[in-house]
Amino acid sequence: MPQSAERIKDHATLFNEPEYRALFERKKAFECGATAEEVAKQAEYINSWEYREKNLAREALTVNPAKACQPLGAVFAAVGFERTLAFNHGSQGCTAYFRSHLARHFKEPCAAVSTSMTEDAAVFGGMQNLVDGLSNAYTVYKPNMIAISTTCIAEVIGDDLTSFIQKARRDGSIPENFPAPQAHTPSFVGSHVTGYDAMVKSVLNTFWEGKTREPNARINIVPGFDGFAVGNNRELKRMLAEFGIDYTLISDASDVFDTPTDGTYRMFDGGTSLEAVAEALNSKATVAMQKYCSEKTLELAAAVGQETASFHYPLGIGATDDLLMKLSALSGKPIPASLEKERGRLVDAMADSSAWLHGKTYSVFGDPDFVYGMTRFLLEMGAEPIHLLSTNGGREWEAEMKTLLAASPYGARAQVWPGKDLWAMRSLLATEPSEFLIGSSYGKYLERDLGIPLIRLAFPIFDRHHHHRFPTWGYSGGLRVMIAILDKILDVLDVETAKTGISFDLVR
Amino acid sequence: MDVEAKAARKALIADVLSEYPPKTAKKRGKHLNVFEEGDTDCGVKSNIKSVPGVMTVRGCAYAGAKGVVWGPIKDVVHVSHGPVGCGQYSWGQRRNYVSGAVTGVNSWVAMQVTSDYQEKDIVFGGDKKLDKVIDEIESMFPLNHGISVMSECPVGLIGDDIEAVAKRRSAQLGKLIAPVRCEGFRGVSQSLGHHIANDVMRDHIVDKSAGKEFDGTPYDVLIVGDYNIGGDAWASRMLIEEMGLRVIGQWSGDASVAEVEHGVHAKLNLIHCYRSMNYICRHMEEKYGVPWLEFNFFGPTRIARSLRAIAEHFDDRIKEGAERVIAKYAPMADAVIAKYRPRLEGKKIMLYVGGLRPRHVTDAYGDLGMEVTATGYEFAHADDYQRTTKYIKDGTLVYDDASEFELEKFIQSIKPDLVGSGIKEKYGTQKLGVPFRQMHSWDYSGPYHGYDGFAVFARDMDLAINNPVWGMHKAPWKAA
Repeated sequence: MPQSAERIKDHATLFNEPEYRALFERKKAFECGATAEEVAKQAEYINSWEYREKNLAREALTVNPAKACQPLGAVFAAVGFERTLAFNHGSQGCTAYFRSHLARHFKEPCAAVSTSMTEDAAVFGGMQNLVDGLSNAYTVYKPNMIAISTTCIAEVIGDDLTSFIQKARRDGSIPENFPAPQAHTPSFVGSHVTGYDAMVKSVLNTFWEGKTREPNARINIVPGFDGFAVGNNRELKRMLAEFGIDYTLISDASDVFDTPTDGTYRMFDGGTSLEAVAEALNSKATVAMQKYCSEKTLELAAAVGQETASFHYPLGIGATDDLLMKLSALSGKPIPASLEKERGRLVDAMADSSAWLHGKTYSVFGDPDFVYGMTRFLLEMGAEPIHLLSTNGGREWEAEMKTLLAASPYGARAQVWPGKDLWAMRSLLATEPSEFLIGSSYGKYLERDLGIPLIRLAFPIFDRHHHHRFPTWGYSGGLRVMIAILDKILDVLDVETAKTGISFDLVR
Repeated sequence: MDVEAKAARKALIADVLSEYPPKTAKKRGKHLNVFEEGDTDCGVKSNIKSVPGVMTVRGCAYAGAKGVVWGPIKDVVHVSHGPVGCGQYSWGQRRNYVSGAVTGVNSWVAMQVTSDYQEKDIVFGGDKKLDKVIDEIESMFPLNHGISVMSECPVGLIGDDIEAVAKRRSAQLGKLIAPVRCEGFRGVSQSLGHHIANDVMRDHIVDKSAGKEFDGTPYDVLIVGDYNIGGDAWASRMLIEEMGLRVIGQWSGDASVAEVEHGVHAKLNLIHCYRSMNYICRHMEEKYGVPWLEFNFFGPTRIARSLRAIAEHFDDRIKEGAERVIAKYAPMADAVIAKYRPRLEGKKIMLYVGGLRPRHVTDAYGDLGMEVTATGYEFAHADDYQRTTKYIKDGTLVYDDASEFELEKFIQSIKPDLVGSGIKEKYGTQKLGVPFRQMHSWDYSGPYHGYDGFAVFARDMDLAINNPVWGMHKAPWKAA
């Protein structure tokens, strides 16, 4: 018998027991599956150049994309504001999925409501759902703001959000002046990064429209959609405090996705205060940490007369230098000595470990800004990027990537893949492998199939815990990123050299 | 439960309802009740539209059809047809294990295959794209035994005719192409998605293949409605085979198309999740005369009862087989109980899950000395609540389609020793200092079915309830 009370075997080992192996064999007789020869042949074929060409030529079929949809980004943006309830106008399944998806990554609850549109709403419109939904959400959860985004159904049938919300106000679902920004975020346009942008812009618009700007010296910072928001936003705030810069983070989910277990459940925690959002109109500038998460938002900021600047998920030395120099230029404050010292520490660590990092090859996938930022840091380490893929990256991103790569001798071997999915990445890595892969948990299938170790540094990370609580931005964050990479390199080396014992060294 | 305690629970319901707007309180009031022993149902309304804005836990028809019923069929490529999100969020989240297959070669369960609709597909229609998607699947995944087209919301709204595309291509390719109209706005929960998925399975596989040759025996059975989460179906199959029966198919955990095809030759359908697959069982009974039996393989009490009930449908050889299986595993199950019951005795459990679990696991907890004190379903129908009365005790709090607000209030008031619900409920509950197990995915553990699974179940409940972290959430300088 495979199981015993003394040593309980679960799914990880139980099914390797002979009783279950035999069960699988018995089952196989009824499956009428492909033959072992057919499977072996196809398994070999999918690693070939011929298959790669067919794979890259796909026009209609998407397989294992590394992107999510707009309203996920809108929900993430919404919960970064003080006591703000994310509210999806559409089918309820969408909202269940956003909540699950974010909860699985952050290991935190994620509150969001839906208007639960069903077939009758699809025919007659979702006005009553929205009016009732706002009334219930406002009464039960007592938010300070309800951030409304749409899912596919509401967009396809053309629900008129503006007039529905007006009706809800007239009916008393929410008070007349209660902030209720609205973002149009169908899943068939853009991705979660554009949905994030749409919601942030809408929130700003809600508080800025019709107001007169009285410029001051403050700087607005839009972090963008970031699975490491908990660590990164806090690191950003720490750096800004070192600077002594007056700033406002526009959407800060670092507290709501990192609440304590102390006997109280906080549906809302932290976030950008609504007063600060209103006041942010007067800021001197708006800076986006992730360009592709903030294009529309920066347009708005520019339109009201603010200076704007954007970055690509700043990782490593050069990107952090650029950020700090920009903040210094905008604020007129010198870069603090404390941060300069941190810079030196990161350079010190990179120098110490450079022999292990230099010349290693990597492929990277994820959101366009992440892939850019990660690539830039890899180049600084003397590493050689091979395949750089972003399912939600476009032509502009591709051009920016190529410029970045052209500026470094270590970028010569790299290929940039906008719009491609991870099944394409499989072919790329099968035919032209890199030594390591950097991305999200979705990369674990590539790691298994191709034997290329995965370093998890991008959203979503479902199968490792808590890394997002630590920063990757700034010089200190850069140190963490470098250590994550270095640990993987050395762990792999230990496993490999343990096989013969030769080179299984105590000191590396 | 004494009269006073029951009155307190009724007061709790009233208290929770008082925080809703009156119209909502009236609606939600029909879904909450305190069970009276002897009643033939739980006294709650069910399978009704969720109230907007209250934060229902429910999902949609797509989740029920693709995520639950069709998705686990391993040799079919399941296309999430429409925009990218639905397939992305459901990718790899139900842990439907497969055996003997290579992902991307002859199994696609752990992949996200989608037509990734863009705005132009919405404007001009997506049927041509679907045509091309099918071509490209044939080119990329030639060993597939079929394609399922799982419709997402826009598909049904823009008038795409996926049935026509599927029919034409199925005839041309000579293989299964199943159009599943499971747009998320259909119905009120996952439940209609199950039904739609059953109907498509009926029309596109079961009825079409009913005449196919099959070398049957008098001992052939099907396992229906087990999705093999964490290997559940295998742990169940082990016992059914050991008692002398022949399992000719698993629907749909680790299933192949062939296993669905020869299902009609079963002498008895053994249904685990009644809610999600009773429809196909009723059809097979009416059309092919295959009887069906609900069984429960959670915990030794129910397992033994179920094995005997199954054996009743067969001859003495099988009846002896059932007794032999029960006797074989009894020492192990007793040892598990001896090990864990002292650590779990008297613990109170609150459940809020879907399918069959809010009732079926009750006696497994009972085997370990625990008591389910409150329970409810996300997407049950009246017949589920009738069945529930056979499991729960007098005074059990029952909630249907509970909102997150209600659940939090109930947990805070009842202060259970363990809550079993889903990922959306897990972390908020733990913040309260209350231990939690996900009872959809087995919290990344399992199997929980069968005797082998019961050991894992007992271990997991112990590690959840008795972990030292639950004594730490109050700072010592604040502890009263």
